[in-house]
Amino acid sequence: MTQVTAYDVNAIRRDFPILQEQVYDKPLVYLDNAATTQKPRAVIDRVSGIYSKKNSNIHRGVHYLSTSLTDEYEQARREVQQFIHARHSHEIIFTTGTTHSINAVAYSFGEKYVREGDEVIITEMEHHANIVPWQVLCERKKARLKILPFDDRGVLLVDELEKMISSQTRIIAVNHISNSLGTINDVEKIIRIAHRHDVPVLVDGAQSIQHQTIDVRQMDCDFYVFSGHKVYGPNGAGVLYGKEKWLEEMPPYQTGGEMIQKVTFEGTTYNELPFKFEAGTPNYVGAIGTAEALRYLNRIGIEAIAGHEEQLMQYASERLKAIDGLQIYGSSDEKISVFSFLIDGIHHYDTGMVLDKMGIAVRTGHHCTEPLMSHFNIDGTVRASLAMYNTKDEIDRLHDALLKVKQMFG
Amino acid sequence: MTIDEKQKEIIDEFSLFDDWMDKYNYLIELSRDLPEMDPKKKTEENLIEGCQSKVWLDAQMDGDKLVFMADSDAIITKGIIALLIRVLSGQKPGEIKNADLYFIDQIGLKENLSPTRSNGLLSMVNKIKAYAMAYELKQNE
Repeated sequence: MTQVTAYDVNAIRRDFPILQEQVYDKPLVYLDNAATTQKPRAVIDRVSGIYSKKNSNIHRGVHYLSTSLTDEYEQARREVQQFIHARHSHEIIFTTGTTHSINAVAYSFGEKYVREGDEVIITEMEHHANIVPWQVLCERKKARLKILPFDDRGVLLVDELEKMISSQTRIIAVNHISNSLGTINDVEKIIRIAHRHDVPVLVDGAQSIQHQTIDVRQMDCDFYVFSGHKVYGPNGAGVLYGKEKWLEEMPPYQTGGEMIQKVTFEGTTYNELPFKFEAGTPNYVGAIGTAEALRYLNRIGIEAIAGHEEQLMQYASERLKAIDGLQIYGSSDEKISVFSFLIDGIHHYDTGMVLDKMGIAVRTGHHCTEPLMSHFNIDGTVRASLAMYNTKDEIDRLHDALLKVKQMFG
Repeated sequence: MTIDEKQKEIIDEFSLFDDWMDKYNYLIELSRDLPEMDPKKKTEENLIEGCQSKVWLDAQMDGDKLVFMADSDAIITKGIIALLIRVLSGQKPGEIKNADLYFIDQIGLKENLSPTRSNGLLSMVNKIKAYAMAYELKQNE
């Protein structure tokens, strides 16, 4: 029998100390969650506990602190493995974040498999972090970067992909959920098409890990990457999941300590997975803190969170659409609670400045997706991105503040 | 009026405002009063691209004074431009080059000139100073 408990958003809010803060003497309304999420007490305490009681460099010491923290670090790896349903814990590489993870694959996979005249496919709605590393790879290897477009609702034209893939296509990199539009991309379909042509797929999960159940085996992606800080964990830690067969074959992209098996001046043999890809002292505090954040999500239940966020999305969608002259960018049927919008004739920066003074944190600008903005012929939007702890009251405050913006600049 | 006198005048004006809303409304008003920049002067060369807002700046000598025209696509930015133009435009290059723009801090708009804001305003001030230096050199030739 499943136990049904109501989603108690107020109890959840009490777990996040920063949500009790005031800015400009007003209660903080934090709607910049796609940039970074706030941290629950459990994560803050775990990180602080390591520094006050447990700190020691891992994998190297014979002493008590080092071996016990090494155990916690490797436990964190297993918890990440379970959270994303990976087959093996050595398929989990700890990095400093999504950008690092993508760069690692672009460099290492690129070294091994991409040659002159080959092709890499990305999409028109990628974050710069999933554009530039591939661009640089293509320049280095004299390969070609091809772009899968999206339509005006912000939905990828996945059916075009079949025609775009050729015998020269080596890899496809696509975001799971768009940071600017909130579109949930049909990555399963993209992967099915790609795999029919034996082309591997990297999924940028920076915006999906915190909003829905991730099962990399079911998705069948070859790589899945995300940042700890966007899933309520500490800053500066991230994950690169790769299928064992790829990670085994790919060369290390950084070298140094920890990743070696034997070093002589004549040559070096590399350590086995996952250590081959973790040169130097890893951010073990960040990795353990990320695992603590995942534990927190497991306690609440990722499906319960998704349900709450779905309700918020419906409510916010109604409230925002009721504002005359407000246009939302991204109207896919499959989307999360991210709203990119502009109010007629009012610059996004002006909107953001006034919202800020009213205690509402949003992001303005191109959100590191300039090609996406070019599609809509705009140079930026206001983005309100919601998370597990946001409330309908906060959406009401956003709504009322936007009316004020209209009044000031209209 | 000197640059210093103009700064003091602006500080006096802003001392009347009780809250941010009054200040912003005043900036909006100033942005509307800013003389319109000749669209032909809104060239790529005169564009200062900020991450958040765009600023255009053009400089011309008028006698021994340096005159600036500027514009922005964001209203608040444009309002602050109006203040900067009021203080710096029509002054001698040597005065502009050495100007300490303390008024921005005193009227509580310092954050708008922070390098992390990337609204183009800090770059605009730097460009104004660069123009002033260049024209001063030219005058002394």
